[in-house]
Amino acid sequence: MTLLELEGVTASYGPVQVLDGVSLSVPEEGAVGILGANGAGKTTTLRAISGTVRAGGRITFDGKDIRGMRPDQVAALGIAHVPEGRGTLGDLTVRDNLRVGAYLRKDRKGVDKDIDYCLDLFPNLEERITSNASALSGGEQQMLAVGRAIMSKPRLMLLDEASLGLAPSTAKNVYDAIRRLRVESGIAMVVVEQNANLAFTLVDSATVLETGRNVLTGTSAELKGMDEIRRAYLGG
Amino acid sequence: MGKFVQLVVDGLSTGSVYAALALAIVLVHQATGLINFAQGGMAVLSAYAVWWLTNRGLPLVAAILVAIVLSVVFGALVERWLMRRFERGDPDTAVVVTIGLLTLITGFAGWLWTYNNQQFPSLFPLDTVSFLGVSVSVRSLGTTAVIVVAMLLLQGLFVGTKLGLALRAVAINPQSAAFCGLPVGRLLMVGWGLAAALGAVAAVLVAPQLTLTPGMLDNALVYALAAVILGGLTSPIGVVIAAWIIGILENLAAVYVPFIGFDLKVAVPFILIFVVLIVRPQGLFGRKTVVRV
Repeated sequence: MTLLELEGVTASYGPVQVLDGVSLSVPEEGAVGILGANGAGKTTTLRAISGTVRAGGRITFDGKDIRGMRPDQVAALGIAHVPEGRGTLGDLTVRDNLRVGAYLRKDRKGVDKDIDYCLDLFPNLEERITSNASALSGGEQQMLAVGRAIMSKPRLMLLDEASLGLAPSTAKNVYDAIRRLRVESGIAMVVVEQNANLAFTLVDSATVLETGRNVLTGTSAELKGMDEIRRAYLGG
Repeated sequence: MGKFVQLVVDGLSTGSVYAALALAIVLVHQATGLINFAQGGMAVLSAYAVWWLTNRGLPLVAAILVAIVLSVVFGALVERWLMRRFERGDPDTAVVVTIGLLTLITGFAGWLWTYNNQQFPSLFPLDTVSFLGVSVSVRSLGTTAVIVVAMLLLQGLFVGTKLGLALRAVAINPQSAAFCGLPVGRLLMVGWGLAAALGAVAAVLVAPQLTLTPGMLDNALVYALAAVILGGLTSPIGVVIAAWIIGILENLAAVYVPFIGFDLKVAVPFILIFVVLIVRPQGLFGRKTVVRV
């Protein structure tokens, strides 16, 4: 069953066309990577899905047309966007950040249980639970951003450059936790990542964007075997 | 000694007036991240609504309730149709828009109802009570009591409720809030509406004393902003205490510091701000924002 389907999606910032017909298909409980150089349209693709940029083409989620919806309406359908730069709420405590993530839920007990789950997934956050998010390190903020997305009990998570600005070992920790989350929760994922090595530890398949178009799509194993992918994204 | 205590009590009473407006400013700031300079102007409009309704024969309490409802609607509309256009841009632009709105409202009120002082009915009786040689007007006691209740309600809203958490989240980062499913536009309207209601209460409390004019709260706005800076933008209890401190110090300085006197007492809160900003930039009760990268 396909959960998310993009067909010929276009988007532009003013006169600059950034997406020029992007297609993407994410099966239920699947994880798909988007690779590409700076400016290829990776982040914009995620924004088109979550409704933060106006898009053309067709975007369906669970068979429903979601193109043109507001970000909060998209979120209410079960799509959690973990934005580039993390977007944690600096003046709120770690616990309050997690509670904001659960804003649309009515099951208090379930929310408390999921907060515990986030703290189990990211033990660093447990010690910082009453600190303001702005006082966290970059890695901890990234963990909090993912945790906040978990709290909304999404069916699909959009992860934008979760390794950006992190030390290699921290980035690996974050991805290890996300992989565990994927196995335990079955949340489908769209993963935008500069570090293709990291991305391939998480996704089943990926597409490569160049100037707003798909140029290559395949399973992780297929892509990792290709010379041009190795040269451009895997460092040799 | 009797004189000193009397000055302190009078200071508390004027401080409560500044506190009322300061609370409304804190509410908008917590809910939208902006300082609304038009808060006083919007509150004056609410007071005119009460005045107009009582002149048409409505009982005072009913007129106040109607005006509060109208104020909520007006505050929400100002957000929806005016401020919404500026929220995505530079915050400085939005603040300047609120200054423009203040000028517009003042002019509009003057054009509609003239700049003459209008008698405004008092919510509390004009009696005074004597206590240990100090006389306090029932009005001051009533005003202070209403402010304390409003302060506790606001503190409870922001600290203890889901709505308060949502309002703060939207103010800090609207995009992240939307990604969590928060209806950002609607929450901003709620924040402005609540603040306008609080402003209406403030205006109704002070109008009998100041008499109603379009610029009635201009002076109080200056003091309220001083209280907001002094108390810290994030703390309802903090700004109320700061407003009381300002009211008291201003009164004491006018009498006991010869070169200040009544003419220069408006300078007192600003001297206080200077000192506090140097020693404790986040305000007396505000939380320091630490940013790590």
